Formats: sequence, structure tokens, C-alpha cells
Amino acid sequence: MKIQFELNGAPTAVEATPMARLLDVLREDLRLTGTKEGCGEGECGACTVLIDGRAINSCLVPVVQVRGAKVQTVEGLARDGRLHPVQQAFVDHGGAQCGICTPGFVVAAAELLARDPQPDAITIREALAGNLCRCTGYQKIIDSVARTLSGDEEAAR
Amino acid sequence: MAGAGTTPDDPYIGRGFVRADGPAKVTGAALYVDDVRPRGCLYGATVRSPVARGRLKGLRRDPDFDWTDVVIATAADVPGENVIALMTDDQPVLAHDELRHVTEPVALVAAPTRDRALAAARHVEVLYEALEPLFDPLKAADNPIRIFGDDNIFSRLEMVHGDGLDGMAQAEAAGARLVRGSYAVGLQEQLYIEPQGMIAQPREDGGLTIFGSMQCPYYIVKALKRVLGHDRLNVVQAVTGGGFGGKEEYPSMVAAHAAVLALKTGRPIKLIYRRDEDLQATTKRHPAFMTYTTAVDPASGRILAADVDLLFDGGAYNTLSPVVLSRAILHALGPYAVPHARLNARMVATHTPPNGAFRGFGAPQVMFAAERHLDRVARAMGFDPVALRRTNLYRDGDVTPSGQRLFDVASLEVLDRALAAAEAPLPPSMVATRPGGGQAAGRRKAGRGLAIAWHGCGFTGNGEAALAGEADVSIDGHHVLIHTASTDIGQGTDSIFPAIVADVLGVDVQRVHNAPHDTADVPDSGPTVASRTAMVVGRVVEQAAHSLLDALRAEAQWPGAEDADFDTLLERRPSDAPLRVRARYEDAGAEWDPETYRGDAYPTYGWSCVVVDVEVDTDTGEVLYRRLVQATDVGKALNPVLAAGQLEGGALQGLGYATSEAVVLDDRGAMRNNRLTNYIIPTALDAPPMETILVEYPFAGGPFGAKGIGEIPHDVPAPAVAAAIEDATGAVLDRLPMTPEAVLDALEARETPAETPGAAR
Repeated sequence: MKIQFELNGAPTAVEATPMARLLDVLREDLRLTGTKEGCGEGECGACTVLIDGRAINSCLVPVVQVRGAKVQTVEGLARDGRLHPVQQAFVDHGGAQCGICTPGFVVAAAELLARDPQPDAITIREALAGNLCRCTGYQKIIDSVARTLSGDEEAAR
Repeated sequence: MAGAGTTPDDPYIGRGFVRADGPAKVTGAALYVDDVRPRGCLYGATVRSPVARGRLKGLRRDPDFDWTDVVIATAADVPGENVIALMTDDQPVLAHDELRHVTEPVALVAAPTRDRALAAARHVEVLYEALEPLFDPLKAADNPIRIFGDDNIFSRLEMVHGDGLDGMAQAEAAGARLVRGSYAVGLQEQLYIEPQGMIAQPREDGGLTIFGSMQCPYYIVKALKRVLGHDRLNVVQAVTGGGFGGKEEYPSMVAAHAAVLALKTGRPIKLIYRRDEDLQATTKRHPAFMTYTTAVDPASGRILAADVDLLFDGGAYNTLSPVVLSRAILHALGPYAVPHARLNARMVATHTPPNGAFRGFGAPQVMFAAERHLDRVARAMGFDPVALRRTNLYRDGDVTPSGQRLFDVASLEVLDRALAAAEAPLPPSMVATRPGGGQAAGRRKAGRGLAIAWHGCGFTGNGEAALAGEADVSIDGHHVLIHTASTDIGQGTDSIFPAIVADVLGVDVQRVHNAPHDTADVPDSGPTVASRTAMVVGRVVEQAAHSLLDALRAEAQWPGAEDADFDTLLERRPSDAPLRVRARYEDAGAEWDPETYRGDAYPTYGWSCVVVDVEVDTDTGEVLYRRLVQATDVGKALNPVLAAGQLEGGALQGLGYATSEAVVLDDRGAMRNNRLTNYIIPTALDAPPMETILVEYPFAGGPFGAKGIGEIPHDVPAPAVAAAIEDATGAVLDRLPMTPEAVLDALEARETPAETPGAAR
């Protein structure tokens, strides 16, 4: 069936079986491969996307559920060729190593920062507890989110 | 953060320069193997043995399944030899006679979609005659059920140091006390977040291109030459989502399977493991059973002699197990000087999935035992655990069990600096627990534990000299390319090598790049393993950069060229001819006898001290991590941000090994908890705040003094946790993992104390 939703700010229509995983529709049909699959059962968070502003594991979402919704993937975070501040912070502060979990982390972190621009360490850890990383031990990820610049600071760079 | 530009006064090395692949990874643009879909590609899937041991009788296709677009391949379709060439030729590409472990690959299918391929694989039944399996490693040697050779022993090592057991007898006669303890560790999964995956693509010349997730492109070349029966192949690394040893040797299997299907179908084949399949089928860290007896001087606490017995379970095939055992025996006494020792080690075969490379490679197993044993000595003889370590730690001029004399030993400094940092309060910005704790607070006991590691960097003995790894540097217009087989698996090689070359040439690092790790182009720099890449290959790359300058100066026909800088030489080149230079690893050759295990076991050693603060929930047995401090000798931090990040990731993998990562096998030897729901790696909430102190005792053989750091952080978090649990509760745990159930058992056993708990401070 034809499923319409907003993807990274643009209206999108895709022909898919309703129960197809959103993850597969994004990766295989729409060729947005920044969203990763690490486990396929909602444990690792590598497939995190924002659906109407909430961080969700796209491997657990049938595509029919996003009809009419706003879906944002990692590809939609950077604007006008400029990294989202949390993406820049991951680059600057060692938040990414092998990188396979990174899209999920930056999407989840972007959601956190949208509702709490200055989270403390425990708040960051709670917000990212649904995302698994095996490389960093999380400290540099926590640091990256904590040191993400606000819009004003970003403009002053 | 590092700005652009470099001069001799403002080098990249030593600064937190930004990693080259950072932007691609944070935007999702980086292409991992599953992100690539070659035109016309088919999807592969693997049919696996349902039993631990059996005689293969054939395959049965479900007659009710639609097979029209499915291709099946078996051992008969392997064009060359049916063997995964590594150390010995015992492991087949596809089983053809005897099944030796559950999940062993038996057949392959290819289909137009991934779902079709997976469904087809499920509808192929493996027919077999069941045979009695052998699971218990303690009963494997000389068991009438034969798996490997005459005795089921993959390898056996013995070392005698000083007067060996005579030294033990002499010490005992002179009044030393004997302390004996047994220690055991279980399986651990590497758990790279990206599962194994490979694409095999037919080439026009009848050969193949292999593209995928891997650490060691030339391992795959070596293996596939024999599988294919020719060498018309090239292997290209995709961006790789973690390895930790799990993508050292196993990718040769995945590549061989993709290759067999690609040759049979003539189409590109994409073979990506599901997580549950990856967990059940691929290699893990070896379980080990370890017994230590030491003679200890009751007055000084000096360890005078040691007798160590190590038994490792290799699983059904040899893989790299003999090398794992080698590293285990060489690290078995931990970072402590012992004048007399005998060490015995055996690697046995069982009908379980083969174990293989995993960060630390035998060292985390034995250093758990060594550190726990020191705590046992402290407990039994009334020593303070830290003071006991201080007494026995290696110092400059001490001699290891292989007879290697040590210099520039950082053992005491890492101990002092970790202790000092742990004494300071945790910065409020790092606190990771909410105040309060309610009812749980009363039943939680706080404790601190400490452990110390040494780790040999690079290959054992004269391995590096024998391999003679190579690296090329070339000019590409205004840019410089580095050609090596040393892959970036997250540790930052694609950023570190360019920074080394940029500093040698005095150019902006933006102009220096690692060329794609494609064996059609890069020389064999050796595998990306053994804490060797930055230290060993980094040095070769550094030499290649110097050779490039030399080559430019040699072709310059103008006065003053010998002192000119790189850009001037480049501008005034007499032609645009390609320029590519090669450097090869060279050393005088270590003094090393592989028969007796005497000599210089490693080019140098790293040193590390880990201090862990825990709270133990005495009702549930849960261990909560509150803080981890490590001080680690890295030689020279080429990039402090990347170095600390690698050390912290390794330490958390070590904490998972300590308490949560239990692999449970069913009665066929198959991993029962083969999902991320029940194989538990730490989350951001489980992980403690981590402070990392980089200690720099430079190694003259490494670039800018760097040592290998990839493995050492995994070596001793687990014994530090065990010591912390003991400090908190008095419970003694000598086996890994220390699950809540195991902690509760130890808490219960504590009620009848036979020994006095020792404080670990």
C-alpha cells in the first residue's frame, strides 16, 4: 500500500507492505542507510529515529504506523551543509569510534537536547540508556552531549 | 581542539586532532557493508549443524517450499580446497563428513531477497547420525572421543624460570608459605554492534572482489586463495562497526561462503549475519581453568616461587588458539617479579563452537587469576593488598619468566597515579547517580578494588621481524596517500597514520589520507591485532614518510634541495611522474627461542592500574559501578582523545566481563541467550564515570614513542571488581562472570568465614 509521511522535512510517499519494518523501508526502499541495524529487536538503538519528535527504534515500528507522522533520521539532522551541534560535538570530543552506533546516539541526543538544552550527566545517561555502544565506554559520548554548544555559542564559532 | 596547520613547534601528534572519519560517521554517510547493494546482488544465508557431533548424511529440501529462485551450495561446490587456512587446516568451509559443533556451516543458500534466503535456509534439513559429543574441557585431554590429533590438545606449552619447582621447594624449606588457589573464567562475546557481513562480487577476469567488515584483509586473501584455487581476488575493507578480535579470523569464513555462492550463481552475493546467528556461530573468548600455587615470604610478602597450570577450551577447531595460549602463559604471573616459576598450559578441543581472538587474547583470563591470587595471598597471610602489590611489582632491571630484562617499567607510577586520582572526589559534573536510593540504600555496601596489568605490545618474540610488515606512501597531486592493510575498526587508524605523516612532512593533515584498504593496492602490513597497529605499523608509516622526503630530495637537481621542505620539493618536482615509496618493518631481531620460550617475549610492555568503586546490593547480588579510574602507560599518546576513548571502551568491556556477560550454553553447546535481550552488555546507566590518566614512558621502537594500547584496558577491570566486592562485603569470588547469583552465593558462603577478608585499599 502507499504510505505517506514527512521524512526529514519533505513529504514522502512509499509503496510498501504495511507491516514492513520502518527500518527496512528507510534503508532499502528510500536508501537512507544512516539508520543502522544492530539487533533487530529494539535492544541496541542503532536504528533510532525521531517520530513526531520522539526517539524510537525503527526496527520495531511497522511502516504503516508512521502514516502522516514526521519522521526524522540522522540524515536530516545537518542543515545547509552544517552539522547539527550535537553531531559537531561528537566529532570534536571523541563521541564516535567505529561509528555504527553513532547515528542512533546523535538522534537520541538531539531529542534530549531539544527538550533539555543543558542536561546533567545522569540525565544524559538516562536518555541514552537505550543505545548500546561497545567502543567508547560511553564517557566520551556523555562528554560530547554535555559539551554540545547552544545555538548562540554555535553561531560564535 | 586542534586547529589546522602544523610546524615542528605545533605538531598534530600529542593533540586531540579530530578524527578523519568523524563527519561521515555522525551524519550516517559512512558506508558499512550492509549499506552497499551491488546491482543484481543476491542474498546469502547459512544452513548450520543442529547437533554438536554427528556424521553428515545429507540435506533434505522441504518439498512444500518454493525453491524456484533459490540456489543451494554445499561442500561439493567449493572450487579449491575445503579448508579455512589459518594455523592448521582442520576447519572446513562447509562440513562434508563429520559435524563437530552446533551451528557449524553445512550448506549455503542464495535468493533474490534477504527474507527469501533466510526462509530457504530454514527449509533445508541437515540429515545426520548423532554421535556422542565431548563438552567438558577438563576431560578432553586423551579422551577416547577424538576431536583433534591423538589427544585433543591443540597446543601445549611449558616454561621453567629460575630453578622452577626446585625454587619452590627451596623457598618452602626456608620458611615460605605456600598459597594455592583455583580460578575460572567463562566465554565472552566480542559484541561488535555491527554483525559480521561480506559481499563477494565476481570480476571480469573470473576472479572475485571481497568487500566487508573485517580487521585483517590479508587473512582473507590467504584463506580464499586456497578456497578458490587461484589468486585472482582482492579484498576491500568496508567501514567496520567494531571488531575487538571478533573480526580477526572469522571474516575469512563469511568471505569464503559469499565467494562460493558468487561463483556458483555468477552474481554478487551479500551475506550479512543476523544478531542471533552471529552470537551462536562466531568465535568467543576462551574459557579457562587456572590453578596457582605460590611460595610467599611471610615477613616481606615477596613471592619467591610460583607453579601455574592453565587449561583453555579452544572449542571444535584450532583457529588461533595456540597463539592465545602463548600470550596467556607469557602474561600468567601478572606484572610481578617472581624468581622461580614453572608454568604449564594446555589448549584442549571440545565439541563447542570454536573460540578465537578477543581483545587481550588470553591475557584477561590469566590476569584475573593472577590478581585474584594476590588478593588470596593478602587475605591468607594478612598483607594489605596494595602494599603486597607494591612489594612484588616489576621494577627496572627485573627479569620476566621468559628471561627478558625489563626497562622503563611504569608499574609503580601507574599505581601511584591511579590511587591519587581515586582519592580525589569525583567531579560533581561526572556524578552519574541520583541522590537518595530509598530502601535500597541500606542494603548496599560500598567498596573499592584495585588491580594492575602489564601487556606485551605487538607480536610475540620475533613475530614482527618474521612478518616484516610493509607500508607505502605516495603523492597524489597536492595530497599524500598512505597505503597499508591496517584497518580502522573504530580505534582511529585512518586518523592516526595521517597525523604521523603530516608531522613528518610538516603539512596540513587534511592533505594526508589513508588509501582504501584494498589488497589490490596496499601491501601486507600484517593484521590489525595484538596492540600492534599504531606502534608497529605506525613506525613503518613514519619511516615511509621519511623515505618520501628522501626520494623527493634525490630527484631534485637544484642546490639546497637537501634542506628544502616538503612543499617546496613538491612544487619544484622535475616531473609529474607517480612517486610511491615503501618501508618495511626492521629490527635487529628479538632474542627469542620459540621452542623453549626463552628470550624477549615482546618488543615492549604497557602498564596499567585500574581502581573501581562499586556498591553491592546484598539482597539481590547486583554490583553497581560508581567510578572507574585508570592510569595507563601508553608510551606516547598520539591523540589523547582517541587514546582515552579506546582505554575507556576497553575498561567497560572488562566490567561487562566481570559481572554481566554470561554465555549460557544449551545441551548441544549452543548459546542459549543469543540475543541482546539476554546477553547483557553495559549501557550508559550501567557504566561508571571514567577518569583516564595517560602515563607516557616512551618506547623507542614506536612512532614518537607510542606503545600499543588496544588490549591492556580489558585486562584487569574484572579482578578490580572482584576486589571491590570483597572490600564491600567480604565475599570472595574467584570465577567470572560474577553474576548476581554468583555474588549471592559468595555472600552466603561468607557466613562461615575460613579466611579473614582483606581490605582492598
